[in-house]
Order: sequence, then C-alpha cells, then structure tokens
Amino acid sequence: MKRIGIVGYSQNKIKRDAGSANEVELIMPVVHKVLETTNLTQSHIDFTCSGSCDYLQGAAFAFVEGLNAIQTYPPIKESHVEMDAAWALYESYLRILSGEAEIALVYGFGKSSPGNLDQIMSLQLDPYYVAPLSPDRVNLAGLQANSMMKAGILTREEMYLAISAASRNGLNNPNAIKIDNPSWDEYLMGEIVSSPLTKFDCSPVSDGASAMIIATEDACEKFNLSPVWIDKIGHQVDSANLGFRDLTQVKPVSDLLEKFKIDLSSIDVIESHTQFSHEVVLLSKIFNCSIEEINPSGGPLVGNVMMAAGLDAIGHTFEKLQNHSAKTGLAHAASGPCLQQNLLAYLRCDS
Amino acid sequence: MIPAAVIGIGQTKYDSKRRDVSMPGLIREAIDKAIIQAGVEWQDIDAVVLGKAPDMFEGVMMPELFLADAIGAYNKPLLRVHTAGSVGGSTAIMAATHITSGQYKCVLTVSFEKQSESNATWALSPKYPYTPHINAGAGGYFAPYMREYIRRSKAPEHIGWQVAVKDRRNANLNPLAHLQIPNIDLEMVKNTPMLWEPLRYLESCPSSDGACALVIASKEVAKGKNAAWIKGMSIRSEGTLSAGRDEVNPLAGQMCAKDIYSQAGITNPLKEIDCAEIYVPFSWYEPMWLENLGFAELNQGWKFTDSGKTELSGEIPFNMSGGVLSSNPIGASGMIRFGEAALQVMGLAGEHQVDNANVAMGHAYGGAAQFFAMWIVSSHQ
Amino acid sequence: MDKAQEKDYFESLISLEYNFTAGSATTRFLEAIAKGNIVGQKCPKCGAVYVPPRGSCPRDGVPTLEEIQLPDYGCIESFTVVHIPIPGNPIEPPFVSAMIRLDGANISFLHLIQEIALEDIRIGMRVKAVWKPETEWTTSLENIKWFKPTGEVDINPESLKFISS
Repeated sequence: MKRIGIVGYSQNKIKRDAGSANEVELIMPVVHKVLETTNLTQSHIDFTCSGSCDYLQGAAFAFVEGLNAIQTYPPIKESHVEMDAAWALYESYLRILSGEAEIALVYGFGKSSPGNLDQIMSLQLDPYYVAPLSPDRVNLAGLQANSMMKAGILTREEMYLAISAASRNGLNNPNAIKIDNPSWDEYLMGEIVSSPLTKFDCSPVSDGASAMIIATEDACEKFNLSPVWIDKIGHQVDSANLGFRDLTQVKPVSDLLEKFKIDLSSIDVIESHTQFSHEVVLLSKIFNCSIEEINPSGGPLVGNVMMAAGLDAIGHTFEKLQNHSAKTGLAHAASGPCLQQNLLAYLRCDS
Repeated sequence: MIPAAVIGIGQTKYDSKRRDVSMPGLIREAIDKAIIQAGVEWQDIDAVVLGKAPDMFEGVMMPELFLADAIGAYNKPLLRVHTAGSVGGSTAIMAATHITSGQYKCVLTVSFEKQSESNATWALSPKYPYTPHINAGAGGYFAPYMREYIRRSKAPEHIGWQVAVKDRRNANLNPLAHLQIPNIDLEMVKNTPMLWEPLRYLESCPSSDGACALVIASKEVAKGKNAAWIKGMSIRSEGTLSAGRDEVNPLAGQMCAKDIYSQAGITNPLKEIDCAEIYVPFSWYEPMWLENLGFAELNQGWKFTDSGKTELSGEIPFNMSGGVLSSNPIGASGMIRFGEAALQVMGLAGEHQVDNANVAMGHAYGGAAQFFAMWIVSSHQ
Repeated sequence: MDKAQEKDYFESLISLEYNFTAGSATTRFLEAIAKGNIVGQKCPKCGAVYVPPRGSCPRDGVPTLEEIQLPDYGCIESFTVVHIPIPGNPIEPPFVSAMIRLDGANISFLHLIQEIALEDIRIGMRVKAVWKPETEWTTSLENIKWFKPTGEVDINPESLKFISS
C-alpha cells in the first residue's frame, strides 16, 4: 500500500471572536502559510477537501464562500464534508490511495462567535424525539459526565486536573486561547453550567481555521518534503440513541484501537478532540495515559474551533513528530453528542 | 484503478410531500431496495457515505448523526458529503473511491432531501447587505445565463418547451417520477405562466421529497452479479466569484467530462456513450450541457434537442427517467442521475430502458454552475 | 382533504440569531457605498477587478488589497424578467433582475433595471445607477434604487471577456 504522509500544517491564532473576518479571510492565511512551509504552490495541489458547517456560519453554502480563498483557475478537483476537517483528511487519504491525487490540501474553518453555539448544536439531535426536549450540548455532556461519576470512573479531582493541565499546556501553544486556571477552591465554587460541569469544564467558544497538506512518498521525494507518515487511520460512528449507548465508554475508539493493533505504551504523544474536562479523563483512560500526558497542546479546552479542532489534534501531533520531539503519535477527532463519532490517526516518523 | 461496480440501486417514490414517512423512513425506503437488489446483507456493508444539500432544508444540522442507526452506519465508518447541488454525484464518487482505494469491499451510499420539512426558498435566499435582496430562487439566478446562451446560439424559443415535454414524457414511463403529466405537449408548456424569462413554469424543476441509495462493490463482491462497472469518475470546482468564469459553458464542466472520457477510453462521446442522465433542472440546460460535455459543437446543442436526438429512441438519449425536471429532491438529484445511468447498463430501467445500453453517463452540477461530478458506467468490466 | 389528514404534521419553528459579519474587505466596500462611492478590489496577479469584493481573487487564490474607485455606470451582461414575487421584498412583479457589469469591473452583480419598457431591455445595454436620496444611504448596495438606461450605444458582449493582465 502507498505510504502517505502529512507534510505541513498551519493554524490561525484561535480567537474567542474573530470580529468581521469572513470565510475567505479566515481560510486564506492558513492555506498560504501551509504552502509556504512546504515550498509548494497551489498548482501542486491535485485534490482539495474542506470541512465546515452551514449552521455554524449561519448561512447555507458556507463552504462555497470559503472556496473563494483558493486558486480555482484552472478548475480544481475539490470536495467538502459537512464534518470536522479530520474527515476531510480521511477523504483526501482515500483519494490519494485510489490514485486520483499525489498531493492534497485539507482545510477546516469555523466561526462559533456569531451565534449561540449550545443552541445551534441542539439541532444535531433527532428532530422527532429528542430535539423538541431541547437539551443543549452541555446538558448532554453533563449526562455523560454524570454517568461516569456514577460508574466510579470520574472524580471532580480528575476533571480539575484536566483543566489545570490544559491551561498550563496552553501557555506553550502560541495559537491557544488563554483560559482561567482556577484554584481547587475556585473550581469547586465555579458556576454550574450543567451539573456536574462548571464553566471551567467547557471549551471556549472559538473562531479560526486550519490547513494541512498530505502527500505520497513519491511526491515527498520529488518536492523534498519531510513527511510524518499516516501509519493507520480510521473512523467509526456509534448509535444516535443515547439510551442505547454505554456513556462511560467510547466504543468507536476502543474498536479502532483494537483494529490498529498498536502498543499504547509505546506512543509518545496523544492529542484528543476532547471538548469537556470529563472527556479528557475518559479518553486518557482509554488511551492508557495520564491526564497530564494527553493533549500537550492544551487541546480543545484552550481553543475549540468547530469543524477544525479534530484536524488540529492531528496537526498538533504532526508538529511534535516533525520537530523530532516524538517518534509516534496518536490523534483523535470526534463529532456528535457525547463523542458519538470518532476518528483515530496513528502517525509515525521514519526512525 | 481498482475496479468498482454499482450492484444495487434503490429509489423512493418522489413526491412534493412524503408526509407518510419520517426522514429515516424515507431513506430506508431507498436503502432497503438497494440492498435487496445488490443481494448483500447488512454485515457485508463496510462503510456508509451520506450526501445531501444544505442542512437548512430540513432544519437538522449534520442529520447523518441522528440517522446513524437508521442508515445502518452503527459501528461503521460514516462520511457526510455536501457539495451543493452536485452532492448526489460527488457522494456516489466518494463511495466508489472507498472501493478504488483498496480499503473497502462494499459500501452503501445514500442521498436525500425532504424539502417539505422546511422552506427551501428561504434557506437558499439569505439577505446579505452587499447584494440587493432581489434573489428570486435558483431559477432567477440561472435565467440570465440561459438568456446569454440563447443570445450566443440564436436558439429558437421552442427548444426550452421541447426539453420540458420530452423529459415529462419520459417521466410518464417512470413510476417513481414526481411529476406525471399524461397529456404533456408543447402547447401546455407554452401556456404555463412565465416565472423567470425565458423560463416558464413547466420548464422548471419541481421541489421533491425523496432518497436514492447505491451499493458499490469491489470485483470480488460484484462477481456473478448484474453490475454497472465504473469506467471513469471525476469532479471539478471553480470559485463562484472568479473573474473570467464562463457560467454558460463552465470550464470545470468541460474539464470534468474530458477527464472521465479519457479514463473510460472514450474519444467520441456522441458515438461511444449510449445514453446519459444529465442534471437539467431548467429546460435550457439540456442544450447548454450537450455542448459543455462535448456531445455537440459550440452553439449547436439546441439542434440536437430540436431534431429529437435526445429522445428515448434518439442518438443520445438524455434523461430517460424524466430527469431533474420531473423529480428534484435536491441532495439526491445527482445520485439519481448516477443510479439511473447504472440501471440502464444493467438493463433494469423498465419502461424507460434504452435498447442495448452498454455505456451510460451520470452527471451532476451545483452552486453557481461551478461544482461538477460525473461518471461513466458500463455493462462490461 | 379531511381534517384528520390536515393534522398529520406540526410546525416546529427554529429561530437562531447570528451577528452576521460581511468580512473586512466587504465592510470597506459597504462603508464606501454609505458615502455614495463604489469601491472594488484589484487582483495583484491577474489584474481582475472585483465588485463587490470578498477579499480574494479565486482565479489566483490571493488577497485583493488594492482598492479601485469604480463608476456607477456600466452595462447589462444578462438579465431575467421575474414574474413571481420575492418573499420579504415589496417589489411588484414583473421586474428585471440584471447582471450589472460596471465599467472597469471584471465580475457583475445582480440589480434591478427600471425606467424602461421590459421588452426594450437588451444584453449589452448601457445603464447607470439611480441612487436613493442621500439622507437614506446606509451600508448597503440597496442605496442604489435601480439602474436605468443611459441611451448610449450598446456594447458588444464579447468585449466583456476577461483577459488576464
């Protein structure tokens, strides 16, 4: 099988409110930056794929607006997923494997500041049975956190640990949002958003965009690119029926790990798409690492650009491998209520 | 390319309001038919790819997530494609790419729109400050391009009516088609109200509820089955606001067609393609696409329509099923074209079957005539 | 239809509020139009002039920073006569929605044509903006009420073809 590697990644500085920037103005800087870091031009790209969501942008066809940021003359091979851009990466990966492309550009963008994110995300729910009850996304996350507490696999101490680690790690991430690092007492007194989640446990509303370039081994040699190999990548979705799921587990992630057959203890860096503190705890348990070890970038708790944060987990993992501070990395992307849909990518450097 | 073939096609009955079914119910109607025709079991499906146009059409954000169980994606990979009006086509291509990548053996793909759940014109016409609020739906947007085509080609007015009649006559042979107009003729089309000049009411597509599903498989899975082999598939996009774009004869459409012809070894599409399901939501797009796709010389496409070459028994039948002009569940409309092309080469198109159809083309476009997806299917591997 | 059938659905209204922003490039355009000026943006690579600008040239994938003052006259690139009402717009059909290509611009935008009989409108016809009274100007392209014919000789539509600089 063809080897495919990530050769570049770039992310805008994440903002709580990107002001008047439109889709084009969000996307163009990251695309130009990732091209610059790889010494490629837009004419080298033979497949482009993006991830975005109309409801976040508040207009149908947000990705069509976004496409004006890309060179499209002569016309390009291009597609779009109404998903996190981690899945745009997966689509690009399959396109390259099928021989359709050698070098692919992936980007994701999201602007959550203009609307009410919690309300908007409720529109993801079953419109017949669940949405009319209008639970918002934090309510549902609270449900999962409670299930974990009842099962004895989550404590407030662990949640606090996740927040402190994120806040600390975020200081080393130039693109992160600076978040509060509450004392234990402050945390316990924190305003409850949806029990047991306080405002500290939730990721900040974020605006931004990210871009990534992947290429075949041949293209890497031809253009002198230094790849981090996508050794394994896969994704899986769980049931939509929350009552049918065991919320103390993330079945898709466990299933994918089993398929990947990788030794978790040998992985140097893990970045996961965890939007709430209890998700950090849950995923760190599944990945068999400590709460302090997971998400060295700070993770979504210090910047959660909807439709890009999953790609960012992969991007941050790539960065650690590219600068040789790690040899192997595992990245996780998620979507849907209570981690319904999950993607894992196992990255490796040539030794 | 690793071979891939369509082995099952399922479609719902298309109608303006399918209030008898929920969204999952509508989609399952198509999926069940596709899976039964393919002769596979649920456990044979390795992945599900869902496509649809803007979520605002139903008021559910990323509906594939709540549909995961109904579409059989539970515990499987699920991908959601959205490329505007071309989405049905690009979704089928994405599903086929799962096979051609060598990573999957059998993939289910489905696309749908249940426009009756929401107000589509509202969803498509947001009010922005930088354009005056005179956007009168998709027809109002595309009508100036059709007028420009008429100016360039000097085509007579009746060509549009003729396309409208031909496609509706074909629809009368397709029990699933939304519009069934038994007595359709030129007089009837001509006497319907003008909507957006040069387009009359019956020269425009309806707004439909419906779903279409395909099962796409590898050589191993397709072995011994009636199959439509994918000989070429491609996509092309161009930016909406790009200077120099020719919206009447878009370069992206020309390039996409050339790409699939070359993959399929086709040098003369008119001679080598037996029939085509082409995305024609407004009558004038038939002659426009005849030229754009290289079936006719520039400005000559309308003569094909005029002389009956695109009729069911003509030299290059276009839209045997009745086309988008007869059924238009937007997100599924592209996949219906791709699926109907497959039905033709599998010999399963029923009353609208073209005799000895061995090579067929499926086509979809979207956005401001800027997104294209196409494929060529053949009865031979 | 009997009553039972009428009630086979219920309406569930979704209402979401957004603080919609036009983008920095378009904001500058809207600020200029609030003063009665039409300002486009020029691509540094191919020279294409965009109006209203979105901040980029999709032909080359580069930002368009240079701003160009454009006149409020040009020609009709193409048009349609709309015979159906637009939800939320008081204008009475039939009316003309036209692709207006301002002189010096390389893309067109949709606007209304008035002050002429419908059957006399042609592709290539020269037109000029009719502005609302200055007191009613806001940050909107609707400061222009509509375009009207200038009476000049039509242009050849072929001359609208874009030639990259």
